[in-house]
Amino acid sequence: MSAVIDEDPRVNGIKTKIRVVPDFPKPGIMFQDITTLLLDPKAFKDTVDLFVERYKGRNISVVAGIEARGFIFGPPIALAIGAKFVPLRKPKKLPGEVISEEYTLEYGSDCLEMHVGAVDKGECALVVDDLIATGGTLCAAMNLLERAGAEVVECACLIELPELKGRDRLHGKPLYVLVEYL
Amino acid sequence: MIHAPSLLRCPFFFFFFFFFFSSSSPPPPPAASCILPPPPLLRLHVISSLARTPISLRCSAADSRSPSNREMAAQQDPRLAGIAASIRVIPDFPKAGIMFQDITTLLLDVKAFRDTIDLFVDRYKDKGISVVAGIEARGFIFGPPIALAIGAKFVPLRKPKKLPGEVISEEYSLEYGTDKIEMHVGAVEAGERALIVDDLIATGGTLNAAIRLLERVGVEVYECACLMELPELKGRERLGDKPLFVLVQSSVDAHDHH
Repeated sequence: MSAVIDEDPRVNGIKTKIRVVPDFPKPGIMFQDITTLLLDPKAFKDTVDLFVERYKGRNISVVAGIEARGFIFGPPIALAIGAKFVPLRKPKKLPGEVISEEYTLEYGSDCLEMHVGAVDKGECALVVDDLIATGGTLCAAMNLLERAGAEVVECACLIELPELKGRDRLHGKPLYVLVEYL
Repeated sequence: MIHAPSLLRCPFFFFFFFFFFSSSSPPPPPAASCILPPPPLLRLHVISSLARTPISLRCSAADSRSPSNREMAAQQDPRLAGIAASIRVIPDFPKAGIMFQDITTLLLDVKAFRDTIDLFVDRYKDKGISVVAGIEARGFIFGPPIALAIGAKFVPLRKPKKLPGEVISEEYSLEYGTDKIEMHVGAVEAGERALIVDDLIATGGTLNAAIRLLERVGVEVYECACLMELPELKGRERLGDKPLFVLVQSSVDAHDHH
């Protein structure tokens, strides 16, 4: 079952809107589907508001969102806090010059890319994705931003799967989530 | 002659040249459709070289109902120039000959990104739109802020096998072969009114597939909204009777777009 991390009364409404789809993408995985949350304008707005309230006024000038579901939550947060939005993408999607960061999967590896020049040295960044599992992708995202000279202030996700210990893979950087799935 | 550099800083520069150089106006659009009259591209080349805009030329387009270029220019929102200027063109991506319209630079410009959303929100609020459907992946960047601002739900339209629940699929043709987009069953209900959002319309294949997907389940597609259009690829025609609204048009030598 999922547990509420943040005690704010809005979080319970958010939690109930996340749909669990068993055996996707393969048997044994209980997939956390946030598309049902997006169908509820109030729950979606509350989600964004919770992040915005936390990050407004903290001098964050970059919100980096991980393809593709990070593209849904990152931009509204960026717009509300007055930060730029930087998409972090799978290989060969970004058209300009990129820096790449490889990371390991259960079987094999994958790569995340960011445009050269998207962030400047010394900028404060927030990394956004819908969910943290093993933390591999978030770790790669943080590496990209740090290699470009930005400082990652926090990683923000709607959902955490705490048993996979992704939190420990974030170089000691803080992680903020709304809901845990146990 | 007018001192060009000082004019270049003025957002109304574009309007002046639309105004000054256009001679014959295109015929007014048929009243029943929202087809935008074709812009005077030749004259815009002059603007482009004087203004030192990037290789791909930009003209700003707003509402489709203006009967003449003069009125079109007068109605153009001053935010459009900043939006157009923030889009980067990458030559030869993903392959030689294609001038890729890169919106990631717009996302780095806080004001331009905000203005982009505001322009769409101004147009679509209070129109009874309950669904904003965004096409993976760049439609996911622009669709949700619009949806949130107008109080609509957001429905992601995705490449195959990404959505975890039961889906309906719509196939569409590419230059070589076919592709598919998918939507969750139950995301929308018959009778809802929808807006479809993507960053760019080229041939219109993907947007057309999105329209069909929504109409199959009884949704009324109110309009398609994109930041950019490549009018030479005639995507607008592929949308049939569905209106299209874009902020910026670009003339490029390109083919093999989505």
